[in-house]
Amino acid sequence: MIPKEKLMEMYEKMVRIRRFEEKAVELFLKGALPGFLHSSIGQEAVSVGACAALREDDYMISTHRGHGDIIAKGARVDLMMAELFAKKTGYCKGKGGSMHIADLDLGILGATGIVGAGLPIINGAALACQLKGTDQVSLCFFGDGASNTGSFHEALNMASIWNLPVIFVCQNNLYAESTPQWVHQKIQDISVRAQGYGIPGVSVDGNNVLTVYRATSEAVERARGKGGPTLIECKTYRWLGHYVGDPGTAYRTKEEVEQWKSRDPVKQYRANLLANGVCEEKDLDAIDRRLEREIEEAVEFARNSPDPDPEDALQDVYIGEYIP
Amino acid sequence: MREITYREALREGLREEMKRDETVFLLGEDIAEFGGTYKVTQGLLEEFGPARVRNTPISEAAIVGAALGAALLGMRPVAEIMYIDFSTIAIDQIANQIAKVRYMFGGKARASLVIRTQGGAGRSSAAQHAQSLEAWYSHIPGLKVVMPSTPYDVKGLIKSSIRDDNPILFIEHKLLYNEKGPVPEEEYLIPIGKADIKREGKDVTIVATSRMVLRALKAAQALTEDGVEAEVVDPRTLVPLDEETILQSIKKTGRLLIVHEASKRCGFGAEIAALASEKAFYDLDAPIKRVAAANTPVPFAPKMESFVIPDERAIIKGVRELLG
Ligand SMILES: Cc1ncc(C[n+]2csc(CCOP(=O)(O)OP(=O)(O)O)c2C)c(N)n1
Ligand SMILES: [Mg+2]
Repeated sequence: MIPKEKLMEMYEKMVRIRRFEEKAVELFLKGALPGFLHSSIGQEAVSVGACAALREDDYMISTHRGHGDIIAKGARVDLMMAELFAKKTGYCKGKGGSMHIADLDLGILGATGIVGAGLPIINGAALACQLKGTDQVSLCFFGDGASNTGSFHEALNMASIWNLPVIFVCQNNLYAESTPQWVHQKIQDISVRAQGYGIPGVSVDGNNVLTVYRATSEAVERARGKGGPTLIECKTYRWLGHYVGDPGTAYRTKEEVEQWKSRDPVKQYRANLLANGVCEEKDLDAIDRRLEREIEEAVEFARNSPDPDPEDALQDVYIGEYIP
Repeated sequence: MREITYREALREGLREEMKRDETVFLLGEDIAEFGGTYKVTQGLLEEFGPARVRNTPISEAAIVGAALGAALLGMRPVAEIMYIDFSTIAIDQIANQIAKVRYMFGGKARASLVIRTQGGAGRSSAAQHAQSLEAWYSHIPGLKVVMPSTPYDVKGLIKSSIRDDNPILFIEHKLLYNEKGPVPEEEYLIPIGKADIKREGKDVTIVATSRMVLRALKAAQALTEDGVEAEVVDPRTLVPLDEETILQSIKKTGRLLIVHEASKRCGFGAEIAALASEKAFYDLDAPIKRVAAANTPVPFAPKMESFVIPDERAIIKGVRELLG
C-alpha cells in the first residue's frame, strides 16, 4: 500500500511538471526565452514515478529533455524558470540554460546535452556511494536514442561487473529526434539489452505513474541491498516536437499523436485517484490551483530577476581566478 | 549573378558530387527524411534514395568509423556530425584512425572521406552546442580542415573536399546557413589550400575565419569612416594554410589582426601569429594582435555569450589599437 501522502505528492509533481512545461513552451513561442527548449509534456509519469522511488539523498542525472526529471527530484521551479530566462538568479546563474540545470544539494547531478553522457557519470556517483559505504542509490534518465550510444553499453557493463547501486531509466518516447525507434534499432523492448550485461531489465507502461513507481522501487530496493543495477524501460511519448519549433508532424502521424494524448498520464492518474477514493475532486482542484499560482509566481520571479553581468561569464571556469 | 543561401549552396555542391560520382554517399543522424537538423540535406533522400542518404542511430563513433571503413574500399562517404561538440565522441576514429591510417600503413590506404559538421555560438545554445574546435583538429597531422564563410566558398569547397583523396573535416557555422550570396549556376571548384581576399585594403590585414569573416567585413566598412582601409583575408582552409596570401597581405599593410570565434588560448590565431613572426617579422610595423573569444565555455545567457564572442566593436577596437 502506497501511503496517501505519497500518492498525492506524485499527483502534485506531475501537475507541477505539466504546468511548468506548458508555461515554458508558451514563453518560448513568445520569444521570451533564449536558446532552445525540449519539452517533456507527455512523459510526466516516468519522471515522477521513478523519482518518487528515491530518497532525497539519492542521486539523479537527467538529459536535454530534463525539466520534468529535475522537478520530480524536488527542484524549485522559480530557480528553474529564472535559468530558462537566463537570469542571474537561475539555478546555474544563466550559464547553463534549459539543458543543464543542476541542484547538487538535492542530488541532481545535472543534465547533459550530450546524448548518453549521463550513464557513465551515474556509475561514478554510485561507485562513490559504494566506496563510502552508504546505502544511497543513483538513477540516470536517458532516451531510446541514447540506448544506441557507446556510453550506454559501456556504462551498463561497468555497472554490472562492479555491482553498482544504479537504476538506468530509459524514457522510450519512440523517437530520437525525427528517427522512429524501429528505424534506429531492431529491438522493441530496450530492456532486453540488460540481458547482455547480466543485469535485470524490465519494460513498463511509462504513462502509468504507479507502474513506474513500483518498478523503480523494486530496482531501488535491489540496489540498496547490494543487488546491483537494473535497467527499466518506460514506454511513453513526447506530445510536442523534438524541440519547441519542430512541429513534430513530419515524421509522426496525427493519429499516433492523438492516440497517445488520449492516454494522458496526468489525467489517467487523476482518474485513478478519484476512482480509488484516495481523495475528492476538490482536493485535486485545490492542488491544480495552487500550482497554477506557483508557476505564475516563478515566472514573475524570473522576469523581475536581474540579468547576469556580462563579465560574470569569466567566473566559474575554474575554482579560483579566471585564467586569461 | 543569382543569390542563394549558404545552406542551398552546400546542398547543391553535395547534389552535384553525388550525381557525378556514385561512390559518394551521405550518412548521419536525422539527415534523410528530416533533412538534417540544419536542413542541409533536405530533398537528397528523395533524389538519391535511402542507400546513399543514410540515417544513423546516435552513434558518432560508429558513423565516422563506418565512413573510414567505406573509404578504405574506395567509397567517398560524407558523414554528418550534427554539432562539432559531438565529434568528441568520435575523436578516436578521427584522430587515431582516420588521420593516421595512410601513414601507419606506409602510404597504402586512402581515407577519402569528408566529415561535415557545424560549430559556433550566437544562438544561446550553451556550452555543449556552440564550440569552435577547429584548432584541435588542425593540430592532428593527416587531416585537412576546411572552414568556409560564404555560399560561394561552401559550394566550391565541399565539391573539392569530396574529390580530395585525403580525409577532410569540413566545419560549417550554424549562423551562416541563412546567409545569402552570389553563386554561379555553372560548375566551379575552389582549390583546397587557397585563401581568399574578401576585401582589399592597404592599412591593416585582418585574417578572419568562418562567421568572423562577416564581422570583419562589417568592421572594415565601419573603419573607412576613420579613413582606414582594412584588408580582410579568409584562409578558407586551415590545413593546408595558404601562407603566401597571408604573408603578401602583411607585406602590403605591415599590420596583422587575427579574428576567430574559438577561445583565444591555443586557438588557430596562435598559428597564424607564429607564421607572421617567423616569416614576416621585418614586414610588421606593429605587434600582432588577436581578437578571439574569452577562455571560457560558451555561456547560455545572451548577454554573457555576446560578451565572450568577438563582435564588430572588438575588431574595430583591435584595428585602432594596431594603428596607434
Ligand atoms: C552525442 C549526441 N549526438 C547527437 C545529439 C543531438 N540530439 C539531441 S537530442 C537527440 C535525440 C535523442 O533521442 P532520445 O535519446 O530518444 O531522447 P529524446 O529526445 O527522445 O528525449 C539528438 C540526436 C546530441 N545532443 N548528442
Ligand atoms: Mg526518444
